[in-house]
Amino acid sequence: MDLEFTEQEQEFRREARAWLTANVPAEPLPSMDTREGFLAHRAWERKLFDARWAVVSWPREYGGREAGLTEWLIFEEEYYRAGAPGRVSQNGIFLFAPTLFEFGTREQQDRYLPAMAAGEEIWVQGWSEPEAGSDLANVRSRAERDEERGGWRLSGQKIWSSRGTYGHRLFGLFRTDPGAQRHRGLTYFMVDLAAEGVTVRPIPQLDGEPGFAEVFLDDVFVPDADVLGGVDEGWKIMIATTGSERGLNLRSPGRFVAPANRLIELYRRDPRPAERDAVVRAWMDADAYRLFTFGTVTKLQAGGAIGADSSINKVFWSEMDVELHATALRLLGEAGELDDGDGGWLDGFLFALGGPIYAGTNEIQRNTIAERILGLPRAK
Amino acid sequence: MRLAYTEDQELFRDTVRDFLADRCTTADVRAAWAADTAISARWVELAKVGVTGIVIPEEHDGLGMGDEELAAVLVEAGRAALPEPLLESAVAAGLLAEFAPDAGWLAEIAAGRAAASVLLPGQRLAVEAAAADVLVIGLADGDLHVATPADCVLTARRSVDRSRKLFTVDFTPTARTLVASDTRRALARAADRGALGAAAQLLGLTRRMLDITVEYAKQRVQRGVPIGSHQSVQHHLANVLIKLEFARPVVLRAAYSLARDLPSAGRDVSMAKIYAGEAADLAARNCLQVHGAIGYTEEHDLQLFMKRAWALGTAWGDAGVHRDRIAADLLGDAPAPPTPAF
Ligand SMILES: Cc1cc2nc3c(=O)[nH]c(=O)nc-3n(C[C@H](O)[C@H](O)[C@H](O)COP(=O)(O)OP(=O)(O)OC[C@H]3O[C@@H](n4cnc5c(N)ncnc54)[C@H](O)[C@@H]3O)c2cc1C
Repeated sequence: MDLEFTEQEQEFRREARAWLTANVPAEPLPSMDTREGFLAHRAWERKLFDARWAVVSWPREYGGREAGLTEWLIFEEEYYRAGAPGRVSQNGIFLFAPTLFEFGTREQQDRYLPAMAAGEEIWVQGWSEPEAGSDLANVRSRAERDEERGGWRLSGQKIWSSRGTYGHRLFGLFRTDPGAQRHRGLTYFMVDLAAEGVTVRPIPQLDGEPGFAEVFLDDVFVPDADVLGGVDEGWKIMIATTGSERGLNLRSPGRFVAPANRLIELYRRDPRPAERDAVVRAWMDADAYRLFTFGTVTKLQAGGAIGADSSINKVFWSEMDVELHATALRLLGEAGELDDGDGGWLDGFLFALGGPIYAGTNEIQRNTIAERILGLPRAK
Repeated sequence: MRLAYTEDQELFRDTVRDFLADRCTTADVRAAWAADTAISARWVELAKVGVTGIVIPEEHDGLGMGDEELAAVLVEAGRAALPEPLLESAVAAGLLAEFAPDAGWLAEIAAGRAAASVLLPGQRLAVEAAAADVLVIGLADGDLHVATPADCVLTARRSVDRSRKLFTVDFTPTARTLVASDTRRALARAADRGALGAAAQLLGLTRRMLDITVEYAKQRVQRGVPIGSHQSVQHHLANVLIKLEFARPVVLRAAYSLARDLPSAGRDVSMAKIYAGEAADLAARNCLQVHGAIGYTEEHDLQLFMKRAWALGTAWGDAGVHRDRIAADLLGDAPAPPTPAF
């Protein structure tokens, strides 16, 4: 075992910290789900990109630093420690990009990755539909062949697309073979949200801002060049993207260690002994998540895969996040209900509450753990 | 950065696992329940595998290893519910190695010809105090004594886990038994080794309870379907696995910190005891529930592991003790106590 960071990694940490200290905005940006905040967050992404901090683990040619997993973890720790803004481009750079690197053609990568990394184009996920939530294989939005123009015509409806209100491009599954059952006959498409036939309806989330969108598609033309992977082979590619979402990429430990440390400060300023154990618990859970992630990184570096273990990961971070923020609100006492209060704890709480729902609900994750890891018989 | 055992460590652990699968069956554990002492002929065999001498220096015929290897092996001891006082003997041996290396006990323990037990400040119960050949007793004032059962008045107490032969120890220190003074730091470290060892065993116990119960849930049929196909049953067991998987790296890190005497070692060990204890608690509860009435019997093997888990949950500092220690460290409620008071 070796829980030390190498000299090179420590140097990387110092460099990241120095840049973040000098550049993180002193005042929090407005919510990225408002028009103003969306622009401000994209400007921040641009700034990160210009300094090569937007996509540290990517190849240099796309603006990255080819950072290894450990360095990526270090960067994330420093990022959240510095109180830097949320990543408006996260569903692109953390979820879609790994899939694009794995399944995309060189031409597709060249076409989309640079603008994604620079925050010029914000990508949104288009999995869910009114009739396809946990049962994603029930996707009904369809794509019909347009031989003449060399592409597909997409029709149907996507819903709950995060950042879809202001975002630029959508990736998602559409049914290309209407005769095929369930998860067969689905294809992974990239769709320009400014294309003719696309209508976007904003949906306010719990915090009142239009963080969700419903996306209606009416005969939207998508060229063959925007099919990712093979026609009718979208399901397995989707698994790769959602695996990133539940696994390491979306929720690095730094995201939880930073608020856990802030929670400790909150308690120290105004101790409420009844909450002491909950505060300690929140801190320990964030620390445990960090260690668990170190274990995962160790496994990956030895050539292993995450696989169904990502379900364990997802249940843990999402429930920990809710508890952490609920504890903070209790510590605030009467001020806990204030939406204009200090520290952004209420916002954090509302945000955390989505965790057990998105990326596959925690009930579904527990089914996966039972069936795929423990080997219990499938539920009827 | 690498949070995993080395190949050599894994090899050693696997050897012990195989040995215990063969030589410490649930029938063997039950035999220990019925006997006056759980120290059996297996002790010598354990010594041959190297297990009784893990932390004993090589010049005294031990393996000269440390807390990482001890923890790895104790996970296996937990999985098998090994009744011998492997941990207690190792904690005692560590103190002997530091303060009384030439008293002759170390080579005897390493060879399996002797077993040791230990009583640290704050502890009132000693495991196998009557059958142990040597008792290492640390007092609150920092004095360390090496005694034999004959030097003490022992009163047998009954553990929920009948394979743990417990005694209260009435000991009158003498100049003859005193081997060192001012050993508080070492005693605190020994207590941490004990808590780490308990945590490691709790991990193994959790895994075993889960394995037993997953098997049962696949086989037990009600209303025409295996009970394990019901979501409520599945989620009970998934929750145990989640707790276990998050406790494992926490225990691993504690072993790492303690082996290197890092400043955070005490806190890391406390966290390990809490996480492993919670995993085992949940395992005991959920696995019992999934078994139904058959799990509520002495005849079913689940109880062997459940009861060990309860016993080890309170031994070496219960969750409250360890939470207090972490809270003191994080929140500055009070100065961190130098040694967890049990
Ligand atoms: C904050 C947030 C952001 C999101 N962002 C996106 C996005 O960007 N793109 C996108 O496509 N989607 C997004 N989603 C949608 C998300 O993927 C779905 O909400 C999720 O898949 C669940 O689907 P559903 O809401 O239709 O719930 P349902 O599937 O209807 O489930 C409702 C309840 O029933 C339970 N349930 C359903 N089936 C089972 C079962 N088999 N076993 C046990 N329990 C079951 C669920 O666990 C849940 O508790 C987002 C959701 C949230 C909350």
